[in-house]
Amino acid sequence: MKKILILSGKGGTGKTTVAASLIEYLNTKTIADCDVDAPNLHLLLKVKDPKEKDFIGSKKAFIDVDKCVSCGLCAEKCRFDAIHPFEGSYKVDEISCEGCSMCSLVCPSGAVSFYDDKSGTLQKYTEGYDFSTACLKLGRGNSGKLVSEVKRNMIIKDTEKYAVLDGSPGIGCPVIASISGVDWVMLVAEPTLSGFSDLKRIVSTAKAFELNLGLCVNKADINMEITQEIIDYCNAEGVYYLGLIPYDKSVLKALKNNKLIIDVPSAAGDALRNVFKEFKQLLEKEN
Amino acid sequence: MIIAVPVDEMEENSSVCISFGRAPFYLIFDDEKKTFDYFDNNSAFNAQGGAGIKAAQSLVDRNVDVVITYRCGENASKVLNGKAKIYRAEKVNAKMNIEMFIAGNLQLLNKVSPGLHGHAQQSEK
Amino acid sequence: MKLAVLSGKGGTGKTFISVNLVNSLENTDYFDCDVEEPNGDLFFQSELVKELPVKVMLPSFDKEKCNNCRECVEACTFNALALVGEDMLLFESICHSCGVCTFVCKQKAISEVPKQTGVIEIGKSGDSKVVTGKLNMGEAIGVPVISGVLDLMDDTRNSVIDCPPGSACSVVESAQKADYCLLVAEPTSFGFHNFKMVEELAKVLNKPYAVVINKAESKNNIVSNYCKKNNVKVLETFLFDRKIAQDNSKGEICTSNNEKMKERFVSLFENINNDWQRSLK
Repeated sequence: MKKILILSGKGGTGKTTVAASLIEYLNTKTIADCDVDAPNLHLLLKVKDPKEKDFIGSKKAFIDVDKCVSCGLCAEKCRFDAIHPFEGSYKVDEISCEGCSMCSLVCPSGAVSFYDDKSGTLQKYTEGYDFSTACLKLGRGNSGKLVSEVKRNMIIKDTEKYAVLDGSPGIGCPVIASISGVDWVMLVAEPTLSGFSDLKRIVSTAKAFELNLGLCVNKADINMEITQEIIDYCNAEGVYYLGLIPYDKSVLKALKNNKLIIDVPSAAGDALRNVFKEFKQLLEKEN
Repeated sequence: MIIAVPVDEMEENSSVCISFGRAPFYLIFDDEKKTFDYFDNNSAFNAQGGAGIKAAQSLVDRNVDVVITYRCGENASKVLNGKAKIYRAEKVNAKMNIEMFIAGNLQLLNKVSPGLHGHAQQSEK
Repeated sequence: MKLAVLSGKGGTGKTFISVNLVNSLENTDYFDCDVEEPNGDLFFQSELVKELPVKVMLPSFDKEKCNNCRECVEACTFNALALVGEDMLLFESICHSCGVCTFVCKQKAISEVPKQTGVIEIGKSGDSKVVTGKLNMGEAIGVPVISGVLDLMDDTRNSVIDCPPGSACSVVESAQKADYCLLVAEPTSFGFHNFKMVEELAKVLNKPYAVVINKAESKNNIVSNYCKKNNVKVLETFLFDRKIAQDNSKGEICTSNNEKMKERFVSLFENINNDWQRSLK
């Protein structure tokens, strides 16, 4: 089974929109949404009623008011500014606490204990797809760990040709966790100064892994100069250029109605089909 | 020789786990005594970060000489460096991988996955 | 006023709104807290005045004093330490600089040394300070860079904080010191879905907030309808404009050569200010 991850560097270039159409085009049933910070793929695929499981990100500290002697050492030694005076005692801010345990080490009265922090929810949709995703709780870190769990929850069958994973924006932890172990990364680029700048960062991050890179330029006619620069960049960096998709108002309409772009007869829909055709040829050439 | 394999279940015929750091268990095979043992990798499995490092530390502590795995991160491989050799697992179960290794049919794992968080630094001496 | 500009989803126009606000107002500075991929200065092209390194403290091990007891390794919540034979390995980018290993070492074999994880660039564009936080490639923890960026806010001036997308810890760090949150929403089903998340974040952080809708097809849309129903103020709606999108793609600041747009941003800020003052009573 070939695992294909959709990334972009910059947010808002069209990853999820492209991913959903690719899933339909390849007729893939094994999918994942790794953008655990702001998962969106389920909206386009119209799935519901997932099986849910708590995700424990890390441990966090808790101060027992009855044992606390209000010495304030915990607050003083906490490097994350997570402990503050509260009603005569001290309280741990669950968003800032990193669970390092410094507070419990310095506490003279054993007032600090640790609990498993439910940092998010793992979700599995099983009707029609084998679709694994998750949602990170507000303000939490550990997104890398959660992404690894999302991937682990995917069922990798050798009877299925392809698995498609919708990635997250940026170049940090969750992106790297999603890249690990995939065979292809499809980059969705946008021809803006910011978009190109972020694209270069994600390409250099992805190239450190053993995988193939393909790229399409979305909303290409917003700036054909930068589009050409991106194409030249692909050639220089060994990234397969798959084609471009014009900015098309019918895309907005399709998104509003939760329709897949390739299902809407439009310039963007046609262009996207061509990008996928090109991509599929590359996938099959590998065999 | 002590051989370790990350596994999905605590049995010889278990599939090899695709993850190194977050494997639920490790199978430990002692080539001299011909015994199969297991350890629960839960501290690494549940770790909020550095799972590969933690798993590798557990293996080093058990004097493992060879690790057979699909993947190994850069950080974990730095922990194993000089202590254990890493071989690439084939798509067969754990026991069969061990047999293949003993028969000299496994390849060294050449490419380690870049670490989630950069490189280890040797402590200042 | 310290104004945090947030969106749940990437690409909605946080930087577009932030940059144009700063460009249209007086006495206002810009703070880029999207330290993984800061983009604001691509527009300002500010003149670099100063560069400040961002450093975190890392443990350093004295092999002579170390007796290999491993208490530090076991105590590290983040698994940033490993003991291989007699060699202590430190995985720098995982280290959270919590100080626990230094604290537990009974042999006093551990001391702390600074390590640079990012940089803060301070530039000048017109009368505005442009502060950009940049996390070094390979580093995972952006919070110290964000914190350093925000330390440079001047209480006597307005600060516009361009936050990272999403609602994870880096966003919280960026918005925590703000007086007011401006939520930028895109009226697509994704945009709406993620907008609700960031609205919840503003509530959890207990900040007064209002909404700007960007890239809309019309003033009546999924976000505006929700806001109307839930008594959330929508202070401005920017319709999708191809020319603005094209200029934006080249790094041009639209309020520099479009008086009408400049007036809209000035009004936007006035409305934010008024709402903030009201919320203080």
